[in-house]
Amino acid sequence: MATLTGPAAPPLPPTPTATRALAGAGRAVRAGWWRWTIFAIAAVYFLVPLIAALEFSLRGRDGHRTIGAYGKILSEPEFGSALWSSVKLGLMAVAITLALLVPTMTLVHLRFPKLRRVIETITVLPLVIPPVVLAVGVLGAFRTAPQWLIGTPTILGFEYVILALPFAYRALDAGIGAVDLRTLVEASRGLGAGPVTALFRVVLPNLRTAVLSAAVLTLALVLGEFAMASLLLWDTFPSWVVHIGASEADVSVAVSLVALVLTWLLLMVLVTLGGRRGGRAFVGVLTGGTRDE
Amino acid sequence: MSVADAPAASAGAGEADLPGSGPRGVAEWLRGTGRNGFALLGLVPFFAYTVVFLGLPTASVAINAFRTAHGTWTLHNISLSFEGIYRDAFVTSLKVALCTSAIGVVFGGLFAQAVLSTRRNTVLRRVVTTASGVFANFGGVPLAFAFIATLGTTGMVTRMLHALGFDLSSTGFSLFTFSGIVVVYTYFQVPLMVLVITPALEGLRPQWREAAEGLGASAASYWRLVGLPVLAPALLGSFLLLFGSSFAAYATAWALTSGTVPLVPIKIGTLLSGNVITGGENLGKALGFEMIVVIAVAMVGYVLLTRRVSRWLR
Repeated sequence: MATLTGPAAPPLPPTPTATRALAGAGRAVRAGWWRWTIFAIAAVYFLVPLIAALEFSLRGRDGHRTIGAYGKILSEPEFGSALWSSVKLGLMAVAITLALLVPTMTLVHLRFPKLRRVIETITVLPLVIPPVVLAVGVLGAFRTAPQWLIGTPTILGFEYVILALPFAYRALDAGIGAVDLRTLVEASRGLGAGPVTALFRVVLPNLRTAVLSAAVLTLALVLGEFAMASLLLWDTFPSWVVHIGASEADVSVAVSLVALVLTWLLLMVLVTLGGRRGGRAFVGVLTGGTRDE
Repeated sequence: MSVADAPAASAGAGEADLPGSGPRGVAEWLRGTGRNGFALLGLVPFFAYTVVFLGLPTASVAINAFRTAHGTWTLHNISLSFEGIYRDAFVTSLKVALCTSAIGVVFGGLFAQAVLSTRRNTVLRRVVTTASGVFANFGGVPLAFAFIATLGTTGMVTRMLHALGFDLSSTGFSLFTFSGIVVVYTYFQVPLMVLVITPALEGLRPQWREAAEGLGASAASYWRLVGLPVLAPALLGSFLLLFGSSFAAYATAWALTSGTVPLVPIKIGTLLSGNVITGGENLGKALGFEMIVVIAVAMVGYVLLTRRVSRWLR
């Protein structure tokens, strides 16, 4: 990615002989052929399910088109409470994630660079432990935990912080790598700022894009998380969608489509924000292979 | 992917933080260690949090996998998890993971190369990159419902094929079985592959290709003798990452089949929610422990291979 001439750099240097130019042209035509075949297959495979979902959600009971399914979303009795429950958990997870990671990562970056590897390894671990297994462990480990922790959805919020760690860490790490945190903090200390002032008035403002993307990724994860919520038996937005799907398939497809579009917009904003500098890092952050939670 | 990007992105930042070598550096360093003990306290919340909410649950799974319901040590759970329906679940999960990762690596790799062979900074490139980021994260419940609307019994494509006189179920395909799971998982595996392999593909120097062509190599022999051997570790690493992501997936399969396809995560969920057999809870932990082992092996392989790749990538 650092190379200036990528494999697809425009073929600027003119080829010296006519034969080579012809051979190049021939290759370009053939390359174009297989390339467009692949694009066509990909377009069909990735777009048809979205179109089909739209078609399905607009299909009325008696055969004619209706947007009734979208109207019904809001009138479903449990929609509001399920969504609100997920939003609350999301905000809780975002708050804890930032409060935990920003000071820790700043401190490690400035004072304990040797511990970086340790912190990084810990944040990758949630990718190795499937949410299903984590849910099993939570039930086993916190069986005798106090009621405020295990008797309310609070426990989900705490565990979502763990699930979001790999993504939040990498988002913040990209931000910390992009600014000279050491100089900034030293300058602020030289001007008489205490550690807390430095954190809130120097570190945070300089990391705002990274903080925003960590927050958005965490929120998106929580709003879509199904495995833990369903196994720990708390009603969140995704478990409500599955629940409603059993009786009213059109509503669940409509809700899924709305959720997808909103997630898409959220992530697009993120990519656009990150695109200005180090777009690749943000795309890397988005690589949530295990996002099927 | 992110795991690989992070060390490369800020490599060198760590070295700059080491104390200087001059007398002033030593003095600073000594003063620093005096305060380091206090500063270390700042790391306590992070470590405490991860120990409680990640360490304790994982330890609970790992320990109870080897214990009976009465608390005595046993290997019974482990041996039980390799018999009957649980062995079938492991076989099915492995087959799904291998199939979808293979499809993901081949098609995602071709797709990424096709995108890279277009001109730079085109709209197409930007759309594919951002869309890959979104689609790789588009697992779970919404994905399952989108496919039910597509290939389900009254899905759009099913009905269109029916109108053309083609009965989809006559081919043996059903969205709610193994074949359906493979089709649906491919939806997030291919974009994941595009994201993971693009840096490696970008690292292939155009000079290598020019040199090969100068020596008379055709496009096919360039890929066979230069491109693919160079990419081999990256491709294998991506395969392992995709394998892990598909092996751990739960929500998509559950929303799609309501738990009728025997996959390991689904079996663990069933054991957890309903007491199917007595002592089932610790059997679930044995299955969970085995899942962790399988994914850990895949991820360690992935990290080692990407480290190898990053050596020539920069």
